[in-house]
Amino acid sequence: MKKLLVVLLSVFVVFGLVGCSGGSGGDEASPTIKLGGSGPLTGGAAVYGNDVFHAAELAVKEINEAEGFDFFDFKFEDDEADPEKAPNAYGVLKDWGMQVSIYTTTSGAGLAVVEDYFNDRIFAITPSGSNPGLVYNGSTNYDNCFQVCFTDPNQGVASADYIKNNALGEKVAIIYRSDDDYSTTVYQKFKDEAAKVGLDIVYEGSFIDTDSDYSAQLTAAQNAGADVVFLPIYYTPAAGILTQADAMGYAPVFFGIDGMDGILTLEGFDTALAEGVYLLTPFAADATDDKTVHFVTAFKEAYGGTPTQFGADAYDAVYAIYEACKAAGVDGTNSTEEICDALIGQFTSMTFDGLTGKATWAANGEVSKSPKAVIIENGVYVAAE
Amino acid sequence: MKKSNLLNKLFDKQHKKQTVSYLIVIFAYVILEALLKTGNISSLFKNLLVPCTCYIVAALALNLCVGLSGELSLGHAGFMSIGAFTAVCLSGLLAGTLTNAVLRLVIVIIIGAAVSAFFGFLIGIPVLKLQGDYLAIVTLAFCQIIVSLINNVYFGFDEKGLQFSFIENKLNLSSSGKILIGGPIGASGTQRISTFTVGIVLIIISLIVIYNLMDSRNGRAIMAARDNRIAALSVGIDVTRTKMLAFVISAALAGAAGALYGLNFSTLTPAKFGFNQSILLLVYVVLGGLGNITGTIISASVLYVLPELLRSFESYRMIIYSLVLIGIMLISNNKFFKEKLAELKTRRFNRTHSKEAE
Repeated sequence: MKKLLVVLLSVFVVFGLVGCSGGSGGDEASPTIKLGGSGPLTGGAAVYGNDVFHAAELAVKEINEAEGFDFFDFKFEDDEADPEKAPNAYGVLKDWGMQVSIYTTTSGAGLAVVEDYFNDRIFAITPSGSNPGLVYNGSTNYDNCFQVCFTDPNQGVASADYIKNNALGEKVAIIYRSDDDYSTTVYQKFKDEAAKVGLDIVYEGSFIDTDSDYSAQLTAAQNAGADVVFLPIYYTPAAGILTQADAMGYAPVFFGIDGMDGILTLEGFDTALAEGVYLLTPFAADATDDKTVHFVTAFKEAYGGTPTQFGADAYDAVYAIYEACKAAGVDGTNSTEEICDALIGQFTSMTFDGLTGKATWAANGEVSKSPKAVIIENGVYVAAE
Repeated sequence: MKKSNLLNKLFDKQHKKQTVSYLIVIFAYVILEALLKTGNISSLFKNLLVPCTCYIVAALALNLCVGLSGELSLGHAGFMSIGAFTAVCLSGLLAGTLTNAVLRLVIVIIIGAAVSAFFGFLIGIPVLKLQGDYLAIVTLAFCQIIVSLINNVYFGFDEKGLQFSFIENKLNLSSSGKILIGGPIGASGTQRISTFTVGIVLIIISLIVIYNLMDSRNGRAIMAARDNRIAALSVGIDVTRTKMLAFVISAALAGAAGALYGLNFSTLTPAKFGFNQSILLLVYVVLGGLGNITGTIISASVLYVLPELLRSFESYRMIIYSLVLIGIMLISNNKFFKEKLAELKTRRFNRTHSKEAE
């Protein structure tokens, strides 16, 4: 029996190796650029990965139709938002012959492969990985890695400035998730900036992923007399907080960041509770400009459901790569390294006008665009002035 | 003459299982190393090699605890995380002074294992005196506590020395400083120094430790205490001490696996070592067979690689993976299959016996 097992196992492994090593390299002369990317298609964060996947696929389809040939060949792999699986997804993409990448959807996964992208000289731009470590690390600048979304620290700073400048309230409470890097980073930067601009923070409360009761934090915030509650968290716990605050009759101004986007589409959530909530987001699906309307309609038609800002960022990422390739005059016949160098040159010099606003990129890979604040009125986003 | 004696000894009834384990590991190493050297291996498989060895060692460690000493531990991911974060921090601190990567790796694996063993000892003191499922509950809690603690630790260094803060990030590092653990994001920017060869050596060391323990006086005592506590007590075995021995060795091996794991990735989040990771290890052990060392090696490697091989099924791959798990469970417990297996064994037994008779 052992012998049989050994034989089976060897056959299995050898087949696996052969099966996976085939197909690399190959059609060098084709003008089609192999565009890769990874994100969570299964697991807890799957909603973000699927949004990025679908929006990018949509952009690729549009570009290929407009060009009349396959400008991009697109492959998106599942990394489960897990730093352990991200190198595997990267390995699959590399074996496939990826030339340009939309990187990873989440920060944790991106941090696990940033060195690979940097060392292999594959141009990468992440739609939604907001940790600064994805584009530079201390004195090391990953010159071929870029971001479409704001970095976490910038969101904290912008939120504090907005609350101060628009005089939303005198006393601020913060409720954040302590086991999440996104939330803690924004929280700390917000706190630093609040001290700088003279915003009075009267309460800081935290919870962890598995919590679902926030009444202790809300009561403490209410007792401290907070009239603004800053929520640097994702929309699922935010929905719980809004519901419980309403139940206890506590109605301060709630202020969220891009993670709050999606709250109106959350199943089983009474959107009336989100009335008057401010959020800082680069994208509002209900906006009436041509680009947004076109994107949202096409997305709904193809996949059903409303895209979130993750999708919008991914759509922008693909179009930004496309415009940069056209401007630099590179295509799939160029080597990966040539494409990489050409795109670095384009990205650091061009201005890209996309769904999420006019964007320029610094040499360190961070994006510069103005954050938009929106307020929820009658169940839709309205630009707040 | 002497040679054939050695061969006979290696393949006699007592040692055959061990020899097969070692041979499988060495055989796999030779093939994979040859593929690596000739560049015939895909990037995907290259990335899978080291984590696979880590999981094999961790599963072996858990099998020592669950299979051999009969104590259900749901916290082995906690021991892995202790080993991993100890190793990552030490490696970061030593990077400037100890430039030989392999030597540094070996040193931090040993220290990671020692720290993990120490924690195993601490938990073992109150718990191993108890009977029943208490160890499972306490190790589960231990794992959650470790993850929450590391989630709130900020640790870094610069030329002035080490800096540490808890819950809030109060580190004030100079520009040449480096954050080693940064709260929920964990350790990032780690220098990847783990190698496949060191992983294989670690598996072999684990095998030597476990097999020698099984054959030793202490090992017999551990199994006796597992099978019948009262009988073991009646013949004068110190049950708590023997169980502690197995538990501490198991924690040390899990810590070593964690250390190797931590230094294989440039980023390491504490959340990775939660309850799910412990269960995953338990799945490897149960499917490989409780107390079955070779089975554990095979099941850990197959089950670790399987989700990656199923990538061509795209969004269905996790469904297929779980179906395969259920399938293996059903088949291995199937009466018909078991009978066939037993038949196969007796047939071979008869064959060797008839040969000897000739």
